[in-house]
Amino acid sequence: MKTSPLKLALIPVLMFGFGFAMVPLYDVICDITGLNGKTGRIQAAEVTDPVDRSRTIEVRFLANTSSGLPWDFEPLVKKMEIHPGQVYEAMYRVRSTSRDKTLGQAIPSVSPGTAAEHFNKTECFCFTQQALEGYETRDMPLRFVVGRDISDKIEQITLSYTFFGQEQG
Amino acid sequence: MSTEITHDTAHDEHDHHGPAKGLMRWVTTTNHKDIGTLYLWLSFIMLLYGGGMAMIIRLELFQPGLQFVEPHFFNQMTTMHGLVMVFGAIMPAFVGLANWLVPMMIGAPDMALPRMNNWSFWILPFAFAMLASTTFMEGGAPAFGWTFYAPLSTTFAPDTTDFFIFAVHLMGISSVMGSINIIATILNMRAPGMTLMKMPLFVWTWLITAYLLIAVMPVLAGAVTMMLTDRHFGTSFFDAAGGGDPVMFQHIFWFFGHPEVYIMILPAFGVISAIVPTFARKPLFGYSSMVYASASIAILSFMVWAHHMFTTGMPVAGELYFMYATILISVPTGVKVFNWVTTMWKGSMTFETPMLFALGFIVMFTIGGFSGLMLGVAPVDTQYHDTYFVVAHFHYVLVTGALYSIIAAFYYWVPKWTGHMYDETLGKIHFWWSTIAVNVLFFPQHFVGLAGMPRRIPDYSLQFAEFNQISSIGGFAFGLAQVFFLYIVIKTIKGGVKATDKVWEGATGLEFEELPSPPPYHSFTQAPPVK
Repeated sequence: MKTSPLKLALIPVLMFGFGFAMVPLYDVICDITGLNGKTGRIQAAEVTDPVDRSRTIEVRFLANTSSGLPWDFEPLVKKMEIHPGQVYEAMYRVRSTSRDKTLGQAIPSVSPGTAAEHFNKTECFCFTQQALEGYETRDMPLRFVVGRDISDKIEQITLSYTFFGQEQG
Repeated sequence: MSTEITHDTAHDEHDHHGPAKGLMRWVTTTNHKDIGTLYLWLSFIMLLYGGGMAMIIRLELFQPGLQFVEPHFFNQMTTMHGLVMVFGAIMPAFVGLANWLVPMMIGAPDMALPRMNNWSFWILPFAFAMLASTTFMEGGAPAFGWTFYAPLSTTFAPDTTDFFIFAVHLMGISSVMGSINIIATILNMRAPGMTLMKMPLFVWTWLITAYLLIAVMPVLAGAVTMMLTDRHFGTSFFDAAGGGDPVMFQHIFWFFGHPEVYIMILPAFGVISAIVPTFARKPLFGYSSMVYASASIAILSFMVWAHHMFTTGMPVAGELYFMYATILISVPTGVKVFNWVTTMWKGSMTFETPMLFALGFIVMFTIGGFSGLMLGVAPVDTQYHDTYFVVAHFHYVLVTGALYSIIAAFYYWVPKWTGHMYDETLGKIHFWWSTIAVNVLFFPQHFVGLAGMPRRIPDYSLQFAEFNQISSIGGFAFGLAQVFFLYIVIKTIKGGVKATDKVWEGATGLEFEELPSPPPYHSFTQAPPVK
């Protein structure tokens, strides 16, 4: 069983590549399993489910800012009782406390993680970057629907948004 | 071998067979024994450097409140202590042992790639000089913990982090080159008759460790490269704002990190499997099961990484899988411990210093293994996570485990290397001093951990004061014991009772049976007979 060092050197080269391959792999696994709280995006026309009025789920809304972004960010309604299959609208208000124009990107996260793949949005301020002029206040809508096939065990969903500061570009 | 070379050696045998003179001998050497010595000295210096930082940590924790150092400096100390001990003390020490022992154990004249061997070593002093220099720079040394989780190590880290990143790259390159060398030596250069299943277990465990190293060090290199591009080149691997994910950093890090802990313990298993049979005067019980157990541990180590991440909000299915897989590792590890105990069963045992350290290893490594089992149980890990219980656990497996095996290996093979016996009385004092001190140091940390004291914090609640005081006293005593060890090492190198060629009555293996003590600078230029 002889070996050549050059052949052995292939292993570290491949494993260095594997380290980077873990990045897309991670996203794929999160996509398939719905882990990690990443929510889905659908078109309004795709919502065809009849509404399931026999079930009520509580949805709570959280809002945070990060990366030194000088914004006040809050949901106008803290929680809602919803039926699976129906489209709801929730409003968020953001107010810049800075004199200058600032740019932010909202990143959603859903808890429990297994609810994420059933939590779909037809419209969201998180789809694009938001630019605020100095001291501007803006109300932003979120339209979402929770799929009917969501597990019976889930009675409460928490939707959290964090606004991250972006470089002007 | 051509006739020309034979002709040369016949003429200038003396010049060609001894080491070169002067300091340049150590810089330009390609001799496996010289390079082994260099590795061992580097790791000793790093042990004292990392130990010095541990003394600062224990000094600050001697009583509640902030006494001696700023919290930011304290964080630098815990981070650098971890990095230096893992990458500077334990890993190079095992590479040094491999350099000294693998060629002598398999009947090879030297390592397969001697020039690369020189490079593997000489990269390291530069890597550690670079890492250590950050302490004196603006922003200070890395202070984000040895696990350098993003975004602490990316968005919120000082500029000196780039020195840390390149130091890790260099250590990785050194480890990968060293490992390729070890694999090539073991697979290509065994003496005729030395089949794989006749190899000493130290050689086997190192072969497996070397494969682990070339598989996971590049993943670590990938992780720090992503950190580098996140910090400076606008990528967002670990930045949620740009679509990345900080939790993914933990997955990549621990995909390296878990095999890494077996990299630090598998060669130790090999050392203990050499020492216990010698002093029990019985062959090792269950040789082939030891080989298969080592291989199973190595394979399983790739499948359990997320047990370091039970509190990140993993789904229950994930927690269950990683919990069961983790606990499964205790089966091959248990096989090893029971094999050592069975080897000693009804043996004619004597208790020289190497055996004492080996026995200390078996008892205390097992304690660390049990606390590891507790940590592997997902529901209770929520309580233990990031407390001193974790600190106690990994110090039992790394100090009384890996470090004890390295010290045992030193006492066991140093008469062979130098031709001098160490002073048995001093060796025994070193063992008992260290063993009492290390338990005073780490055992109370189990209790403060269970009571809720978090790790990596310079100050703590009053109710933890007594246990921390006891722990600190043990820490200072243990630190001093290793300075005493330095004295023993120097004394043994300088002189001592002449060691016999076999050194130990029950010793087996080519290095004891076929070579004088000390061995010639170039050993086994003729392949030895293998029984």
